[in-house]
Amino acid sequence: MKIDTIAAIATAVANSGIGKIRISGEDAITILGKIYQPKNNKKNIVEAKSHTIHYGFIVDQDIVIDEVLVLIMKAPNSYTKEDIVEIDCHGGILVVKKILEVIIKNGARLAEPGEFTKRAFLNGRIDLSQAEAVIDLINAKNDYARQSSVNQLKGAVSQKIEKIRKEIIHEVAFIESALDDPEHIQIDGYGENLLIKIENLISELELLLKSSKSGKIIKEGIKTVIIGKPNAGKSSLLNVLLGEERAIVTDIAGTTRDSLEESINLNGVNLNLVDTAGIRDTDDLVEQIGVNKAKNHLLNSDLIIYVVDATTNLDQNDYKIIDMIQDKKVIILLNKSDLNMLITEDKLKKVVDKTIITISTKENEGIDLLESEIKDMFYKGNISFNDQIYITNVRHEAAIKDAYNSLLLVKNSILDLMPEDFYSIDLMNAYESLGNVIGESLGEDLVNEIFSEFCMGK
Amino acid sequence: MSTIMENYDICIVGAGHAGCEAALASARLGLETILFTVNIESIALMPCNPNIGGTSKGHLVREIDALGGEMGKNIDKTFIQSKMLNKSKGPAVHSLRAQADKAEYTYKMREVLENTDHLTIRQAEVTELICENNIIKGVKTFSGAQYNCQAVILCTGTYLKARCLYGDVVNHTGPNGLQAANYLSESLKSLGVEIFRFKTGTPARIDRRSIDFSKMQEQFGDDRVVPFSFETDINSVQIKQESCWLTYTNEKTHEVIKKNLDRSPLYSGMIEGTGPRYCPSIEDKVVKFSDKDRHQVFIEPEGKYTNEMYVGGMSSSLPEDVQYAMYRSVPGLENANIVRNAYAIEYDCINPRQLNPTLEFKNISGLFSAGQFNGSSGYEEAAAQGLVAGINAAMKILDREYLILDRSESYIGVLIDDLVTKENREPYRMMTSRAEYRLLLRQDNADLRLTKLGYKVGLISKERYKRLCLKEEMIKAEISRLEKESIGANKEVQELLEKNSSTTLKTGTSLAELIRRPELNYETIKSIDKNRKELPLDVIEQVNINIKYDGYIKRQMKQVDQFKKLEKKLIPENICYDEIRGLRIEAQQKLNLFKPVSIGQASRISGVSPADISVLLVYMEQLKVNRRSLNGAL
Repeated sequence: MKIDTIAAIATAVANSGIGKIRISGEDAITILGKIYQPKNNKKNIVEAKSHTIHYGFIVDQDIVIDEVLVLIMKAPNSYTKEDIVEIDCHGGILVVKKILEVIIKNGARLAEPGEFTKRAFLNGRIDLSQAEAVIDLINAKNDYARQSSVNQLKGAVSQKIEKIRKEIIHEVAFIESALDDPEHIQIDGYGENLLIKIENLISELELLLKSSKSGKIIKEGIKTVIIGKPNAGKSSLLNVLLGEERAIVTDIAGTTRDSLEESINLNGVNLNLVDTAGIRDTDDLVEQIGVNKAKNHLLNSDLIIYVVDATTNLDQNDYKIIDMIQDKKVIILLNKSDLNMLITEDKLKKVVDKTIITISTKENEGIDLLESEIKDMFYKGNISFNDQIYITNVRHEAAIKDAYNSLLLVKNSILDLMPEDFYSIDLMNAYESLGNVIGESLGEDLVNEIFSEFCMGK
Repeated sequence: MSTIMENYDICIVGAGHAGCEAALASARLGLETILFTVNIESIALMPCNPNIGGTSKGHLVREIDALGGEMGKNIDKTFIQSKMLNKSKGPAVHSLRAQADKAEYTYKMREVLENTDHLTIRQAEVTELICENNIIKGVKTFSGAQYNCQAVILCTGTYLKARCLYGDVVNHTGPNGLQAANYLSESLKSLGVEIFRFKTGTPARIDRRSIDFSKMQEQFGDDRVVPFSFETDINSVQIKQESCWLTYTNEKTHEVIKKNLDRSPLYSGMIEGTGPRYCPSIEDKVVKFSDKDRHQVFIEPEGKYTNEMYVGGMSSSLPEDVQYAMYRSVPGLENANIVRNAYAIEYDCINPRQLNPTLEFKNISGLFSAGQFNGSSGYEEAAAQGLVAGINAAMKILDREYLILDRSESYIGVLIDDLVTKENREPYRMMTSRAEYRLLLRQDNADLRLTKLGYKVGLISKERYKRLCLKEEMIKAEISRLEKESIGANKEVQELLEKNSSTTLKTGTSLAELIRRPELNYETIKSIDKNRKELPLDVIEQVNINIKYDGYIKRQMKQVDQFKKLEKKLIPENICYDEIRGLRIEAQQKLNLFKPVSIGQASRISGVSPADISVLLVYMEQLKVNRRSLNGAL
């Protein structure tokens, strides 16, 4: 529980052309000053009056991220009764996220769920009935935090973090035991030794940070796979969805020419669309690879959109697909309603018991039905959601970044030939930051480690 | 039959290091104080090691002194060797440690006590607390005499139901064969106080004449001794010092120990108490760290007028014959004669969770406690608590503001907060690593941190207070001068930099920037600092440290700001955790047990999560709003 400057995306789940990021706290305006460039280059934003709007750019070390409008509200005349900055940008999850990252890099902390409201309440801005809602929010967070730390971090990442933490606490315990019992435990010249270890840890954290960057977009949306026979209209569906939503499109490096992956925001729901190669029996080796990939995507998907060409009869390939998707969350699109349909919804229903929607990608018909169906599934919890997980990951990333910075400070202390006791200050900060990732607090870890690892005392 | 009945303001039970500080504080604040001890000869006794201070403990002594306590002054009068530990490390971990002349230490302390106004010393065993409706009314002694009072401070050390053990020998005595106190525990239990049983130990004392020092390394004190007390004249402590000696255990020692482990009451299960991990007996060390082929042994004099030598590092509860074999296996101790056996001691103490940070019992008004009775260990830890308990008992009676030190201003604050907030399962010892803001809590600045508080309490004289204010001003002025004063890249400057293998200047810079360089300091740049005035050494020390470590210090101060905000959010005393929606059950139980004073304290209780703290904050605000609207309605 810290009383510091917080930031969050305020339009996380909303279907809008713009994105809003909110910063609240003592340093809100100072942070803005570091990342904002006014259009006319003259005004210093830090000196701007309360309740004024400014037009300019958000920059990350001279690289322009987006054109924005900035609203400044100074304490106590704001929602939280603290200094608040709101940044309106061009929306799209990538840009919003990038801006948030820059804000965090410059000293803000990612807000906990409900934290703005909590501050508003604690600072006497909102009343009792609203406060009740805050408690619910925090409760939700309790469950959520438990869930996310368990589910999300079961894997390699948490093991990695545990390992790094263990190494850190061991080093601190050694330093501390030597400081505590200097006549028993010698530590002179230890810096050189430690430097190598710290550099290793720094590069390990660097790797973690990198992996979280490249992997995030793909991992964080609902993984939605579009399948169907060749020419059923998969790609045109994708184009329709992308075109209509005007979402940010990314080309993800590493995807093959056979599967294209795109990220869109549909009614506030993040979808990662994978357009697969058409599935059919083939002897062509290259195509075979594509087909196998498509099958793999199917296995790992959260949602499958199966596009059926209504103008041709179901064949062996369709039955194969239907067989593969039996146990999955599926929406079947009966495409090409603008043409002469050989297959009807009723006919198809007899073969496969899934939601079926008739559409025409060409005439843009039925797409709204698809959208509301996906939205329904999402909000009813039929498909797993992504938004919170996304936030959590940014939180983790921020914590890892903190730890990384602390270790850089340790490195500096060593290079500056500071005495050993200075190392443990930032080592402990790194240990604590990493603890936040896996949900562990400091407690008596250090004292226990000292006593169990090092023999001391008279 | 008539019995004695007397009236006092404050009764203090026990005259060890905690009891002495408590009694002096209370009497010096003008309250009629009576100090009970089972044996008048054992005032300020050092029954274990002959040191005062050491890592982090040295900090405690300085803080005691800065608040107006006695320990620092007393050791300055009676030390026989002194060393600043960790001198090659950062200023935060420099720690002063002195070897005491034990006998002289107790005499000098007794002299101070006996000559303090409002203080009565009485040799008697307190056997019963008189308590009505959970308010303390007085104490009764073994003879039946009754002493009425408004506050009692329990400083019983290791005497409650004490048992000393080695091998299969059990003595029902306190340390050194002194009379144990066997009745008070029952009185406490009947008042609902939760009792722990802890254990500690001490090594043998050996006759100096039977030691071959030629097989040991001589350990000297510092050439220039720094006193503990900020008030001691530095010239008065430049005395001829005694030496200590270093030797080592070996394979043979370990073999003797391992072969006889089954005869140790520790391993046979005869000892029930929990011992400290930081102060393991030699048998513990040999078992737990079996990869080590030797352990250090320090041979330290117990005083100038005795041949008894303390065998540091080899406390034990093995039988007498094994002790002989074990000690005599150590180089230099081949012919050692034991004067006193090593032994383990078991005693009753309390679960300190029952205390407020004022060291008053949460459930018994007017009952305070300090020292080993609170589950700590160490003379310095005891004295620190004694001082705080003495001050707060007085503040209560005088109806003045309590002295509660927090973690960001003192080691004493860390010590007491740890005791009353954390699950304590072994005798607690101070360590610098327990202080999260240790860069700010240095032994060199204890006066700057605490003397103003001591003055406010009334234990610091006006003169001392004024001296401190002056010191503060000089430090501030000199730092600001050095930050402002710029220096050009002239020849003299460049030469000085080169001489100190420091990068030469390209443009001008401030003097402070130069001091910040690792290879330079306040002294080394003296010749290029033309406007420098003569300043006292302690001022220079502060200026140098504050400029040099400015970046680190500022970062810690920022953390402290955040910490303080939560410490200031006080939890209402009558809060009912059971009715707070959203609190997890574990948190509810812990909060009920510990009854934290502030949100900050609550957040340090293990089992209370940050989410629970949020719930608590919101609930407290609700209470406030409710109260406001209620007041409006009335």
